[in-house]
Amino acid sequence: MIFIGDCEVYENFSPITLWQDYGITSYIRGSAQQLIWQSYYLLEETLKYETPRVVVFNVLAMKYDEPQKEAYNRMTLDGMKWSMSKVRDIRASMTEEEHFIEYVIPLLRYHSRWSELTGDDWKYLFYRDKVSHNGYYMRVDTKPAGKFPKDKKLGNYQFGHRAYEYLDKITALCRDHDIQLILIKAPSVYPSWYDQWDEQMEEYAGKNQIRYINFLDLQKEVGLDFQTDTYDGGLHLNLSGAEKLTRYFGEILRDEYGLEGHRGDSRLEQIWEEKEAFYSRMKQEQEEDLKQYGYIRKFHEE
Amino acid sequence: MLFTSYEFLGFLLLLFFLYYIIPARHQWKLLLAAGYVFYAVSGWKNCLFILLTTGSTYILALRIDRIHREQAAYLKEHKKELSKEEKKSYKARNRSRQWRLLLTGLFMNFGILAVLKYTNFAIANVNALLSLTGSERQIGFVSFLLPLGISFYTFITMGYLIDVYRGKYPAETNPGKLALFVSFFPQLIQGPINRFDEMTETLFSEHRWNWQEISLGLERILWGFFKKLVIADRILVGVTTIVGDPETYDGIYVFVGMMFYALQLYADFTGGIDITVGIAQVLGIRVRENFIRPYFSKNIAEYWRRWHISLGAWFTEYIFYPVSVCQPMLKFSRFCKKHLGDHVGRRMPVYMASLAVWFTTGIWHGASWNFVVWGLLNGLIIILSQECEPLYDRFHRKFHVKDRFWYRLFQVVRTVLLMSSLRMLDCYRNVPLTFRMFGDMLIHSRLSQLFDGRLMSVGLTVSDYGVLAAGTVILTAVSLAGRKGSVRQQLAAGPAVVRCVLIYGLFLCTLIIGAYGVGYDSSQFIYNQF
Repeated sequence: MIFIGDCEVYENFSPITLWQDYGITSYIRGSAQQLIWQSYYLLEETLKYETPRVVVFNVLAMKYDEPQKEAYNRMTLDGMKWSMSKVRDIRASMTEEEHFIEYVIPLLRYHSRWSELTGDDWKYLFYRDKVSHNGYYMRVDTKPAGKFPKDKKLGNYQFGHRAYEYLDKITALCRDHDIQLILIKAPSVYPSWYDQWDEQMEEYAGKNQIRYINFLDLQKEVGLDFQTDTYDGGLHLNLSGAEKLTRYFGEILRDEYGLEGHRGDSRLEQIWEEKEAFYSRMKQEQEEDLKQYGYIRKFHEE
Repeated sequence: MLFTSYEFLGFLLLLFFLYYIIPARHQWKLLLAAGYVFYAVSGWKNCLFILLTTGSTYILALRIDRIHREQAAYLKEHKKELSKEEKKSYKARNRSRQWRLLLTGLFMNFGILAVLKYTNFAIANVNALLSLTGSERQIGFVSFLLPLGISFYTFITMGYLIDVYRGKYPAETNPGKLALFVSFFPQLIQGPINRFDEMTETLFSEHRWNWQEISLGLERILWGFFKKLVIADRILVGVTTIVGDPETYDGIYVFVGMMFYALQLYADFTGGIDITVGIAQVLGIRVRENFIRPYFSKNIAEYWRRWHISLGAWFTEYIFYPVSVCQPMLKFSRFCKKHLGDHVGRRMPVYMASLAVWFTTGIWHGASWNFVVWGLLNGLIIILSQECEPLYDRFHRKFHVKDRFWYRLFQVVRTVLLMSSLRMLDCYRNVPLTFRMFGDMLIHSRLSQLFDGRLMSVGLTVSDYGVLAAGTVILTAVSLAGRKGSVRQQLAAGPAVVRCVLIYGLFLCTLIIGAYGVGYDSSQFIYNQF
């Protein structure tokens, strides 16, 4: 299965846990503030190589109807292989200040970094550390949820035409590939998810016979405790929270969607063994850092 | 469309490609279309102005030229029948008709330029006068959008009209070809102000692929981009910060700002002209050179013969000469000779015409008093140095230093400093403030101020200063090498490896170090605003 969406998927679900507990193989094609048309084109590209049975899309992106920020565009687009999906994705995502040519020739965009290059940049040129676990971004530290600003009243709660257009496209793409689409709203307590937005998603899901799960309403069932299960005060889950949510979701996937486990498939076992080892190693390193320094050095430096 | 935009580079590549694959007889038509596309991108309404100027000039020039031809034919036909007086009177009648047509063209086209460019300047002055007289009445300003390159194409077309009036060459009968001469896009941004007879030879002719010329043109374009992106646009932030905050950046920082601006303006303007000349060369077209190493000039008069040459030539040809020999000036000269002696009488018309030229040069650069004062000060210094010639001669006769290297260096540095000081009027754009800052620079400058931290607060980093220092060394080295002839030709004559390494190095430098894209305030060329 494939997850697509913003940080609310790549920081809240752990594919390694899905594998360990249910034998389900999954990957998260997530990126910060991933816009819905980016999710669509990422899925389109993914389906050229993969045949998932389920696709999960986090609906927070519905709130954006226009391109937002170049920095987030880059996080999503720079890593894509060149294809018409990428070309269309860039064209859909560019802010007014951006130029297509700068995606084709990134030097035109990043040339000014020449004066700030450090040893790390040269190291990165030849060796890049793996940072995610099938798309999952691991954090084991904890920062209890605090107070968030009150929900701002919006002038208009209606999702935009463009957002709906791409949601329709995602729905159609999944249908064409015989994939079951699940819309979710991750349990992150901030940014705000308005009732009016929730109603629109309920209505859309009903009309298109798609499952919509709002995990904000299921925090108790999942067993989430925002005093211990978040690393940044409630915006995203830490490893403990992500594993709880994944286990809960895994049950749904197994019981209601019939996703069978692949444990026992020696080829897959071998691949996932490495992933599990890397997962455990990173978890251990982060925990040791926490014990020794009170923080995780890698993120502290950042 | 900025010269430094991706769109422009794409536009150029497409044009170069099409230019050499279409039948050569259609090349000039493609250039005409390209000119109007380029112009329309800046606002399609602007096309109406350039069309009006082109159309009116075309018709008036044809009518003036027809009178020339009719007159020549008539006089030839009636050579024997007409008395000398009759011929003279016939010519005078024709001259008067041509004069009226010329005046119509001049009033109409300079009128458009004057209204669009100088209306608010006039209103501001009238308002100031009203205030002085105690009146509370003020006239509201108008908001006209100045069409791209209007100063340049107006001067180009009026030069053409005057030349036809003077009978220098016949009028162009093909309206498309005249339209191309006026709208030839590389010159629209910042000149040079080309002359019709000099350009037509290559502008309308057919060009075959000539890699040697094309590569030289491309190298010139690259050199222009290097100057503009690596030097001019990098130092821009330093100039803007220093000039924009005169309270903080006083003392020696006025001098720093002045020299930064000297470097910026040189790199910006000559870089832009390099791009223009380079584009023309790729297309096989020869345009005027606008600079001959101006910062190596030994006095201001020489500097102005080597800086923005085409503008100086235009003013000399179409203002200085006519003004100095016009009837009122001759009368004035006779008056001066009678009352002030031969010496003064002879010089007065020249000086008056000079001041007229410098006033116009100033106001051409911008509709504000700082430019007028800048222009007049240039004129006054040139006149003063001419008046001091005998003194200089005496000095040179007594001390044989004229040909010494250090003395020539002193003259060059003096000229650069003098020109840069005058340009402070362009920097601060306010006459009293400029004089105050100039005084502050002379009185309060201390070398120690350079180390008080302000140098690092003007928006330039250590690496920026490094790039600017290296860039200045490269500019100077290329200018020195240019004394022996075209540097590109010298390179082409040398080993291919050296040429390749230098060109590729320059390309990479421009690509990587160039101050363009996100994070930089990519700026239009300075002369585009004129």
